[in-house]
Amino acid sequence: MTQPIEQSGSSPVLELKGLSKSFGGLDAVQDVNLKVFPGDRRAIIGPNGAGKTTLFNLVTGVYPATSGQVLLFGRDITGWPSHRRTALGMARTFQVTSLFPKLTVLDNVLLAISGLRKMKFVMWRLLSSYRDLYDKAHLLLESVGYADRKHVEVRNLSHGEQRQIEIVLGLASDPKILLLDEPAAGLASGESREMAEFLKQLDPGLAILLIEHDMDVVFDVVDHITVLQFGKLVEEGTTAQIRHSPKVREIYLGTG
Amino acid sequence: MFLTDRGKLWTVFVIVLALAILAPFASAYVILLVTQALILAILAMSLDILLGFTGLPSLGQAAYLGMGAYLTAILATRYDFGLGWSFWVVIVLGILIGAATAALFGLFAIRAAGVSFLMITLALGMCVWGLAYRWNSMTGGDNGINIPARPKFGIQLADGVTYYYLVLFFFVMSLAMLYVLIKSPFGRSLVGIRERELRMRILGYNTWLHKYIAFVIAGGFGGLAGVLWAHLNGIVSPQVVVLATSVDALLMVVLGGPGTLVGGAIGAAVVVFLRDYLSTVVPWWQYVLGGVYVLTILYLPGGLMGIPARIRRWREEQAGPGQEKKR
Repeated sequence: MTQPIEQSGSSPVLELKGLSKSFGGLDAVQDVNLKVFPGDRRAIIGPNGAGKTTLFNLVTGVYPATSGQVLLFGRDITGWPSHRRTALGMARTFQVTSLFPKLTVLDNVLLAISGLRKMKFVMWRLLSSYRDLYDKAHLLLESVGYADRKHVEVRNLSHGEQRQIEIVLGLASDPKILLLDEPAAGLASGESREMAEFLKQLDPGLAILLIEHDMDVVFDVVDHITVLQFGKLVEEGTTAQIRHSPKVREIYLGTG
Repeated sequence: MFLTDRGKLWTVFVIVLALAILAPFASAYVILLVTQALILAILAMSLDILLGFTGLPSLGQAAYLGMGAYLTAILATRYDFGLGWSFWVVIVLGILIGAATAALFGLFAIRAAGVSFLMITLALGMCVWGLAYRWNSMTGGDNGINIPARPKFGIQLADGVTYYYLVLFFFVMSLAMLYVLIKSPFGRSLVGIRERELRMRILGYNTWLHKYIAFVIAGGFGGLAGVLWAHLNGIVSPQVVVLATSVDALLMVVLGGPGTLVGGAIGAAVVVFLRDYLSTVVPWWQYVLGGVYVLTILYLPGGLMGIPARIRRWREEQAGPGQEKKR
C-alpha cells in the first residue's frame, strides 16, 4: 500500500466526472473533472465562495451531487453515504475543527480506529479489553508525537494541536486518500510551518487533496494545484505553472 | 471526580449491599418507596443512555413503561398468565414489547434531532396514552386493570420485602448491563455521536443505526420497568403512561446528572422521597419540586453527580486562578 506509484501507468484513486451541485439557483460547483493518483499531493485553491468546501462535501457524501460522478478506485460511489466511502479508503478533515472536545486524545483516536471495525457494535465487552485497538492507537500517536499527551482532553489542546489531531483522526482509518479542508486555518505563521512539516512527514503513498488559503503551506506541501472560481475549474497544473499563471494572478489580484 | 473508576464501583457495591442488608429493618412504607425508586431508577437509567450518553432528549419513555405494565396486566387478568413461574416469561415478553415499541417509534424519531426529536417522542408517547385511555375493551379505559395478585413461585412476591429483593435484583442486573454497555465500544460510539455526529459519520459510523439500537435498548429496559411497576401497584391505569411520567423520568436524569448512569438512580430516589415527604407537609409540593428542577438546570448542569467536580474546580480557583490551565 505504501509504494508511491507514478501517475501515467496507474489508475486514479479518486476521479470526478462532470461533478455539479446547485443550491436552488446557485451553481456552487459546476462540471468539475479531476483525477487524483496514488501519492499525489494536490491543492485546490480559489477565492472565498469558489465552491471548494462544497466540492469536498460532494466527494465525501455530505451533500448529494446534482449531477456527475465520483469514482473511488474506479467504483462509482456518487450516491453512497459518508461512512461507506470511509470504509473504502477515503478520509477527510474539517475546516472548522471537528473533534470530540470532552474526550481525551487517546479516546478520540480509539473512536476513529473503531469506526471501520465490526467491534464498534459490541456492547457486552469493555472497550479497554481490546488490546490490539489500544496498540494501534499508541502506535499512531507515537508516530505523530502525541504519545505523552494522550490523556489530555482535546479541548485543552492549543488550536494548532487540535488541527493536527484533526488529521490524526483522518489517518486512523488507514485511508488511501485524505481530504484536508484548510488544515492551517486560523494558525499563526509558526504553527502553519509546523503543520506543513507535519503534512510532509506523512506516508508518501497517501494521496492528499488539500484546500488551503495559506500559500506558503500550499507551495511547501503539494506538487499539483487546481484552481476553482465560481464553482468552475479554471486552471490546473504544477505548482510552478500555477505560480506564474496570469489567469490565477487575475483571479487573486485583479477584478476576477 | 474525586473517585477513581474502581472507587466508584466500590461505592455502588457498598450502597447496594446496604440496601440489601437494611431492608428487613425498615418499615413497610419505606420499603414501598424504595421499591418505587428502584423501578423508576431502571427507567431513568435507560433514558440516560439516550439523553446523557447519546444526546437524545426523549420525552416518551413512559410509553415503554406503559407497554410493559399493560402487557403484564392483560396477560394476568385475561389469560391468567404470569402469576407463577411464567412470571419470568412475562419479564422477557415485557422487555421485548418495550423494545419492539421503541423499534417502531425509532423509525419516526431517530431521523430528527434536538427539539424535533423531543416533540416526536412526546407525540408518540401520547399515542400510547391515547390507546390506553380509549381502548376500553382491552385496557379498561380510565379505570385501568386490576391485577388479582402478585406472582408466586416457591417464593411469595405478595410480601413487600420479598418483592423488594426481586426488584433490587433486576435493578442491579440493569445497572451492571448498562454499565458494561456504556464502557463497551458501542457505548463509546454513542458518546462520540453526542459530541460530534458528523465527524462520526465521516469516521465510518452509521450513526442512524447506532442511535436506533440505543433507542431500542432503552425501550427494552423501559418495558422491564413496566412489568415490575404493574406488580408493585397491582393496578395499571393510563396514569402510568401520562406525559408527567416521561417528564419525571427526564427530570430524574437531569437532577441526578446526565451521562453518569447512577445519576438516574440517585435522581429517582430523590424525586420519590422528596415528593412523598413534601406531599405530607405542604399542599403545593409540586411547586417545590419544580423549583428544585429549575435550580438544578440553572446552577447544576451536571446534576447532583456533578457536585464533586464543581467543588474541585472551585477549590482550584481558590488555590490560584489560571493554575488549571497549566499542562
